[in-house]
Amino acid sequence: MSEQPQTSRRGSPLPWVLSRILGWSPVTLLTGCSATHITFLDPQGPIAQAQRQHFWFVVAMTMIVVLPVIIQTPWILWRYRYGGKAPYRPHWDMSRWLDVMMWGVPVIVVAILAVVLWQQTHRLDPYRPLDSDKAPLQVQVVGFDWKWLFIYPEQGIATMGQLVLPADRPISFQLTSATVLQTFFIPALGGQIDAMNRMVTKLHLQANHTGRFAGKNMQYNGGGFHHQRFTVRVVDDRQFDDFIAHAHRQGQPLDRQRYEEVLVQQGDTADAARALGLTSYQRGEPIRFAPIPRDLFRGIVDDAPFESAVHNPAPHQQAAMHPVAYQALPPKQQTPPKPTLPQDKETSQ
Amino acid sequence: MTRTAMRHPGLNLGPAHADAEDTREEMIFGFWVFMMSDFVIFGLLFATYVVMLGGTAGGPGPHELFEMKSVFIETLILLTSSFTFGMASLALKYREDTKPLVIWLIVTLLLGVAFIAYELKDFHTMFGKGGVPSRSGFISAFFSLVPLHGLHVLAACIWLIALLGQIAVHGLDSFVKTGLLRLAILWHFLDIVWICIFSLVYLGGLT
Amino acid sequence: MSGDLPDFIFGKLDWDTLPFWDALKDPTTFKIINAVISGGAGALVVLGALGVVILVTWLGKWKYLWSEWLTSPDHKKIGIMFIVIAIVMLARAVIEAVFMRAQQAVGLDGGFLSPEHFGEFFTTHGTIMIFFMAMPFLTGIINYVMPLQIGARDLSFPVMNQISLGLTAAGAAIVMISLVFTPFSTGGWSGYPPYTERAYNPGPGVDYWIWAVTLSTLSSTLTGINFAVTIYKKRAPGMKLFRMPLFTWTALTTAILMIFGMPPLTVATALLALDRYLDFHMFTSDLGGNMMNYVNLFWAFGHPEVYILILPPFGIFSEIFSTFSGKRIFGYPVLVVATICISILSFIVWLHHFFTMGQDAAVNAAFGIATMLIGIPTGVKVYDWMLTMYRGRVRLSVPMIYAIGFIMLFVLGGLTGIILATPSVDYQVHNSLFLIAHFHNMLIPGLLFGMLSATNFWFPKALGFRLEERWGRRAAYSWIVGFMLAFFPLYVLGVLGMPRRSLTFFEPAYLPWTLIAGFGALVILFAMLCLLIQLWVSIRDRHQNMMTAGDPWDGRSLEWSTSSPPPEYNFPVIPEVHSRDAYMSEKEQGKAHQVPDEFPDIVMPANSAMGVIIAVTGSAMAFGLTWYIWWLVILAGVVTLVAVIARGFVRKTTRVISSDEVRRTHLAWLECVRKTTPVDRSKEQSPENQGLPVPPVNGAVQ
Repeated sequence: MSEQPQTSRRGSPLPWVLSRILGWSPVTLLTGCSATHITFLDPQGPIAQAQRQHFWFVVAMTMIVVLPVIIQTPWILWRYRYGGKAPYRPHWDMSRWLDVMMWGVPVIVVAILAVVLWQQTHRLDPYRPLDSDKAPLQVQVVGFDWKWLFIYPEQGIATMGQLVLPADRPISFQLTSATVLQTFFIPALGGQIDAMNRMVTKLHLQANHTGRFAGKNMQYNGGGFHHQRFTVRVVDDRQFDDFIAHAHRQGQPLDRQRYEEVLVQQGDTADAARALGLTSYQRGEPIRFAPIPRDLFRGIVDDAPFESAVHNPAPHQQAAMHPVAYQALPPKQQTPPKPTLPQDKETSQ
Repeated sequence: MTRTAMRHPGLNLGPAHADAEDTREEMIFGFWVFMMSDFVIFGLLFATYVVMLGGTAGGPGPHELFEMKSVFIETLILLTSSFTFGMASLALKYREDTKPLVIWLIVTLLLGVAFIAYELKDFHTMFGKGGVPSRSGFISAFFSLVPLHGLHVLAACIWLIALLGQIAVHGLDSFVKTGLLRLAILWHFLDIVWICIFSLVYLGGLT
Repeated sequence: MSGDLPDFIFGKLDWDTLPFWDALKDPTTFKIINAVISGGAGALVVLGALGVVILVTWLGKWKYLWSEWLTSPDHKKIGIMFIVIAIVMLARAVIEAVFMRAQQAVGLDGGFLSPEHFGEFFTTHGTIMIFFMAMPFLTGIINYVMPLQIGARDLSFPVMNQISLGLTAAGAAIVMISLVFTPFSTGGWSGYPPYTERAYNPGPGVDYWIWAVTLSTLSSTLTGINFAVTIYKKRAPGMKLFRMPLFTWTALTTAILMIFGMPPLTVATALLALDRYLDFHMFTSDLGGNMMNYVNLFWAFGHPEVYILILPPFGIFSEIFSTFSGKRIFGYPVLVVATICISILSFIVWLHHFFTMGQDAAVNAAFGIATMLIGIPTGVKVYDWMLTMYRGRVRLSVPMIYAIGFIMLFVLGGLTGIILATPSVDYQVHNSLFLIAHFHNMLIPGLLFGMLSATNFWFPKALGFRLEERWGRRAAYSWIVGFMLAFFPLYVLGVLGMPRRSLTFFEPAYLPWTLIAGFGALVILFAMLCLLIQLWVSIRDRHQNMMTAGDPWDGRSLEWSTSSPPPEYNFPVIPEVHSRDAYMSEKEQGKAHQVPDEFPDIVMPANSAMGVIIAVTGSAMAFGLTWYIWWLVILAGVVTLVAVIARGFVRKTTRVISSDEVRRTHLAWLECVRKTTPVDRSKEQSPENQGLPVPPVNGAVQ
């Protein structure tokens, strides 16, 4: 598998080199050689890139207010030390001009930051679909104790332990939790978002390059919290189709019983693999599920008993045998009614 | 700071010296501040209740559970008790003998107890209709708010009994007088909270 | 356990609750290590309590302890007891922090702590540091100093003050008892449901947390009322609001924040308790509950709380910058306005604690901007402090070292605060160690340095002798260096995406940074040790550092005008105030230490056992509720009710100190002052400084 970003980089190498140089040097030192991109300072998608830019912008602007303190305090301490010769004015306690300065400068800085904040918060709103000429890939994410299930509703498969995404195509996530509050996070691609039981949140991300990125849960949810990690493998379109086909061929069927006995049980991905009898499972590799119940995500959100696995293998098998043809399939056959997903509980305040 | 400006209008401490008056004033001011803090608690519970109105989870809702008739009776009882406490306050300030004061206080106490009894009966009826807090978030929110008011009334009744006891033991001294004044603040405050409950929880729930 | 009777007596308590029991039943190396740590902690609690009992008995001091301390309504003694609780709890929580740092330092794919143990560590560390270190510490300092600064004899409600202390002590006791009868919650100091609901955490841990926190919030609400009423009603004649020392101003705003900011947490924990005990559905996942209500309630408390914690240190540093620069505070009205702005803004920013919960972008942006607004008055304050030193004569004594450390480090915390306030960037660093680094950057240089410098500053006032300087400096520098080593790496780890509360990690890139942070934790431990040695050395050499005359730092406000330690009634005659920096202007006009024309009889509050009763019943009730020991709950409830009612019948609530006694004490002190040699500031650290500065001469350096 080619994980090096260069291989799928489009256009001139200059922006990539620049981004590496501009990236924070210790970070580059420590992560440059690693195959897994772990931070937004080494961004792999447009959202994370914008976040990094905004991060440094805020740092720079705030420095206008912070630096005078850090530079001048030692100077004042020295110049006005006890026993020094500088003028001493024990009753001097106000100056109009200084008052105007020390209110004015922070006000201007905060005003500029506020304007940018307003624009960026809207532009990078995780609920806002990304602009692209390609249709977004739908992924539904379910948090369990202590693993993530990734459902590909249009493809009729699901995975655990590894999230496989196509490069250069917007991804539209819908998230929920089958248990307590958790937070879904792929730093190299973009921001985190909470997943809550009986509620649906949304996130839109996109990867610019193929590669392997770290994904994790950020909200403590018990003893296995630190194991709730996954690998994001971004691949090109052909490999993605291979992956789907592979899942259909080799996936474990997921039904209500398996859901209850494996997924709902506390334990990390490796525990789940063990429970499924996958003896050769390696961390970071995907566990593939197919077929899956058609209303799996909705059923989890509503805590309603969903149908058992769809045993209508015709289109899947076709796809498995002809991965290229699969792409051309009309989406209606696999896609459940698209945007009408459970919104009975609004997550906005 | 002139001393006279700090005298409390609701108090008549008689010949007690100005320092004592200042101390009492401080105490009543402190009680007001406490009431404000308590009001924040009720305010938050009201807000939570409004948010939880939709959380019936298929269980009984306001229309099935609330009986406006008995709520109306409770309201009348509580408002009357506020009136009788007002009469007690007047007796406290203007009458030398304790008898009218004590009578008004006992009437108030009885009304308070009647209110609690009526409210308990109400809860009992709700339970009978399946309106238990374990049924849904909405009913939980109801039972985290309305009984808290009831508990306040209960506490006020106990305080009233204790003050009656103090009158019996110590007579109508300045301690009892400030105690009564603070209890009066609490009592009227509970009336206001009840009016909010009546309009927000019951009427608001039904609309 | 079997049978009804033991269940009735002991509730859910059984052998398994003892910290080492599991390891005894199934001894593996890993379990034994954890059992040694937790069993050792439990043993320390038991031995510590026993040791105190034996020591007091051996010294024959029970009666003294009872009548002079435990039942004393004196705000000064209550303040000191608050601070003692805070320091004991600080020691425990720092040790826990060291364990967590050690775990993460070796935590690449392993470590030595069990997940449950680690969960308890971060939960108790946070809970203790906020509710049983920071709150009692600042409550204690305000308790001690504020009435002296406004020229009052006591707080408005001395017995309520005892009750506040009792409630805090009960909460702290419950957290300590949880080391013996384990486990504590693993839900973090914020205790988010549904994780803390019975469905996911049926054990006693969350109940411990609920009741400890509830006791603390009740205590703080009462404290807030007490402080606010005292400042409104008990100021000395002429002490107008805009003549109050800045520390008193911040005490007032903090008190108001306590009054309105604590109830949301009381509501949140009470509703969570209803969910857990009576099967309510406020925050459950099912049946219409909504955990987001909890999150909103918690942070509606949580954000004002941040300013409850940071405003008093702002006040303390204002006093210290001005005193040790030998100069009036720069921009007094601006500082007051900035304080008020901060406290108002603190109520409208709570949502920034959960930008990632999926609100509308406009909502996030509005709260983000509101948050950044707080940076403006805070920045202004920092500049005001710098300008206070400007054109002054800065003496770098221990309180001032902390203050300098504060001012330089705090602005960095402000910088990262602005980063976190920006929703689009917060999406990247929320819940990571970046957040941890940020709030420690605010709370250690802000709150803790404030408290430590206040201790160094006002210790001679309270005890009559100065704290030793050399170990004090060592402690201060170690704190500053230790803080930087322990927390700056966490900023890096945060942007590298390391989640908070991680037992272990699997990215080799994290390792160097966790190692540095672990080393920083050791430096902080050394700083704690320095503090202990400083205290020990100071007590040992106290005769060298006596300052009966009461004014070791050439102070500016009224607390320095009285003896050290001050008499129970603080001032023989309530002072008249004519300006800001009341005592400094007295000194400038040569009016300090005058003999009053006449001495009044002084009415002081009488001793009362209410505080002790509430401490005992409060902890008994919380313990009973945690372990479902219902008889204990009912008993404690009845005793509390009876005590409160009985207190209403008490008429002898005051006692009178005769004018003769006041005269005798005061004249003796004035005589002692007369015999003291005045010193200028160059001798501030020397034994010659017995608390009498040379009188100020306008424009000259003293």
